[in-house]
Amino acid sequence: MIIATINGIPVHVAEGTTILEAARQVQVKIPTLCHHPDLPPTAACGICIVKVQGSNKMLRACCTPIEEGMNILTHDPEIVEVRRTVLELILSNHPNDCLKCGRNQSCELQNLAAAFGIREELFPKFISGIPKDDSTNAFVIDPDKCIHCGRCIEICQELQQVWALSFLGRGFSSRFAPAAGMRLVESPCVECGQCSSHCPTGAIFELDETVKVWQKLQDPDNYCVVQIAPSVRVAIGEAFGMPPGTNMTGKLYTVLRRLGFKAVFDTSFAADVTVME
Amino acid sequence: MITKTVLIKDTTPGSTSGTKEFFDVFTAALRESKLADEIRLVRAADIGVYNHGIVLKILPDNITYANVQHHDIKRIIGVTLKHGNPIKDLLYQPRAYQLRLVLKNCGRIDPESIDDYIAHDGYRALSAALQAGPDTVIREITASGLRGRGGGGFPTGLKWSMTRSTPGNEKYMICNADEGDPGAYMDRSVLEGDPHAVIEGMLIAGFAIGASQGYFYIRAEYPLAIERVQKAIDQAHAYGLVGERIFGSDFSMDLEIRLGAGAFVCGEETALIASIEGKRGTPSPRPPYPSVKGLWGKPTCINNVETLANVPSIIRNGSAWFSRIGTENSKGTKVFAVTGKVRNSGLIEVPMGTTLRDIVFEIGGGTASGKRFKAVQTGGPSGGVIPEHLLDTPVDYDNLQKLGSIMGSGGMIVMDEDDCMVDIAKFYLKFCVDESCGKCAPCRIGGYQMLNLLENISRGNATLEDLERLRLIAKAMQKASLCGLGQTAANPVLSTLRYFEDEYREHILNRRCPSKKCTALLQFIIDRSRCKKCGLCARSCPEKAITGDKEHGYTIDTARCINCGMCFETCKFGAVERN
Ligand SMILES: Cc1cc2nc3c(=O)[nH]c(=O)nc-3n(C[C@H](O)[C@H](O)[C@H](O)COP(=O)(O)O)c2cc1C
Repeated sequence: MIIATINGIPVHVAEGTTILEAARQVQVKIPTLCHHPDLPPTAACGICIVKVQGSNKMLRACCTPIEEGMNILTHDPEIVEVRRTVLELILSNHPNDCLKCGRNQSCELQNLAAAFGIREELFPKFISGIPKDDSTNAFVIDPDKCIHCGRCIEICQELQQVWALSFLGRGFSSRFAPAAGMRLVESPCVECGQCSSHCPTGAIFELDETVKVWQKLQDPDNYCVVQIAPSVRVAIGEAFGMPPGTNMTGKLYTVLRRLGFKAVFDTSFAADVTVME
Repeated sequence: MITKTVLIKDTTPGSTSGTKEFFDVFTAALRESKLADEIRLVRAADIGVYNHGIVLKILPDNITYANVQHHDIKRIIGVTLKHGNPIKDLLYQPRAYQLRLVLKNCGRIDPESIDDYIAHDGYRALSAALQAGPDTVIREITASGLRGRGGGGFPTGLKWSMTRSTPGNEKYMICNADEGDPGAYMDRSVLEGDPHAVIEGMLIAGFAIGASQGYFYIRAEYPLAIERVQKAIDQAHAYGLVGERIFGSDFSMDLEIRLGAGAFVCGEETALIASIEGKRGTPSPRPPYPSVKGLWGKPTCINNVETLANVPSIIRNGSAWFSRIGTENSKGTKVFAVTGKVRNSGLIEVPMGTTLRDIVFEIGGGTASGKRFKAVQTGGPSGGVIPEHLLDTPVDYDNLQKLGSIMGSGGMIVMDEDDCMVDIAKFYLKFCVDESCGKCAPCRIGGYQMLNLLENISRGNATLEDLERLRLIAKAMQKASLCGLGQTAANPVLSTLRYFEDEYREHILNRRCPSKKCTALLQFIIDRSRCKKCGLCARSCPEKAITGDKEHGYTIDTARCINCGMCFETCKFGAVERN
């Protein structure tokens, strides 16, 4: 057990606990951006810096193990100013097209900018203007929106062991891209979707065909049918705030019919048949 | 017959005329003493002594007199030239001296011959270390006060004992020879001039920490260093000094070279480890420190070339010998690569605590141009400028840090009044921006934004608020960058702002570059009184902004002028003025 304090609040945590985790245990919120609970810290963004008494450095809370007797300070004017400057710098390298972005309202950068009350741009914008990659039917890669958190690369290389994505170049012209700069469709990408589901911004997002579906549904010359995958009946419940695991099969069928689908097919029927065979 | 030669040189800064008169008086005095046929007087171009008035060197006696006055001539002839006796009060007393511990063998031994190294006490320290045992070795190195020469100044003994005490039976030793600072070549010189000393240091370190494998990480741009280190490893192998059961003991250690591709950031220890592992050379957060989790996840000790080159002599001569040299917290010597606008550029090695003034003026000989000294940059792109009024600072780790610079690996660049501080800041920052790996946001974006701000200042397109922006970004980079590159990249900007803010303000408020370096702020005009109407300037102008003819003379159309300075360079009569 390690005993330390965070903003004067005593914490008792197991050895190896990071400052960030320890702070959460005592309800102290340290803002983060690149950090993701599924992944080892990449320590890239520099937002989660804190002070430790006796040192004039600032440490990253996400990756620094708390040590016995540390007195940690998570907020003071200097810390907040540094965090804010770093955020402003990141924003100066990020396009302002939230309204048209695939990640509008589910963007971690947008949330952070809102939390810091950013209202103006302190630094001139510079956007590299690297073209989007929409070569697959699964994702769109928009390197200009990348904040270099490194999550997608960590997942693709270390967890999935696919090695489709990597960082290329260096300095401010560094970018994440399919290895060797090829298009995603030519890369070893297996379209598992882990990168996009961990991307904090609109740099990798799933190709969205909602608008096309609406158009088809409203076209009287079309006879629209729908087929759902087995997992959806449960997963969709969470999106509507149901307790995890709630079975939504009936509600799902009703809603799909109300949307205008003439017939609803369920993949699980075929799955059941296969199992019975 | 000529029996003695007297070299004469007036070393007063900016003055050369003094010697001629002195020379004539001396010649006359010799003739009077009937020595004209025996003593040869020579007006020397450089005597190796600077800023000490008229200096004489008498050969073959090798007596050097400084600040010699006309009335001393008689004494010199009578006492020294006739009888060969020195005159005490005239003897040149160097205010600073070089002390070559690390460079001791460089240029003296054949770096490709292990026998030559052994003949100069080589590998005796290794043998002594093996007999003394790892704990004694670490105690000696700790007691010596040796600190890392790679930039950070971390106590070497402490690093070794931390690596030793981490549990594990597989440990690694790495020699950091990535040397990437612009203008620095200390490590290259040691590797090329005395490779066995570094190998011996590696073996002692490996023995102390419990490693059985060591790597030299050498940048590929150093082919001769690579060749010589490889040759030295092979020779040591053949002699049983590298490999299995060294000196017949239980200690075995192999050494291999790994090549770096010349990225500055790969000199940072965690990036260096990633690079050896075949990964992208980007830094990782510390802790865990390499001493706990380093190469292939094993405890690893990384030391700089110069640090390791110090080790054998400490073991041979004892920690007390070493710790007598230097200052309270910085022991031993430091090798510096003194370059820039200095008269004697080159490698020097001085005891810690030597003042900057002595390095620049006494050893370096002051500015090459004879123009006013302005500042000296220590620590390369991670350091800062130090102005004239702080030159009496004794060089050590702590003092330089207090002044907003760092010791760094030992680059030292001298600047004179022609150097513009905004331009200097831009130069160093550009280096770090180009060398940033791009991993962390403060360094990647902060450096780029600062560079743009500096660019605007040097073009006269900035406001005073931009100075605040510079400071704001600098703070964020220092505090929130992941590795030393980003944490120190703003130092050149902050230190020039600290000591030369006036110069920044002059660019911003009056759109003027006092050193006439920032061409965008210059205005070129032709001085009619000096113009010979030759027309060369008009022909040299790439924008055809100079009009006129050989009859009426020429004028520069400032609206079309792009400030390239071609006309200024071309005019043979100094008729083009830049303001
Ligand atoms: C950007 C950067 C570049 C560095 N480059 C070098 C280098 O070229 N050579 C070196 O010895 N140390 C370099 N260092 C310092 C190393 O990280 C490390 O501290 C050093 O090699 C440790 O050896 P020492 O304790 O003997 O100094 C660099 C550090 C940073 C942050």
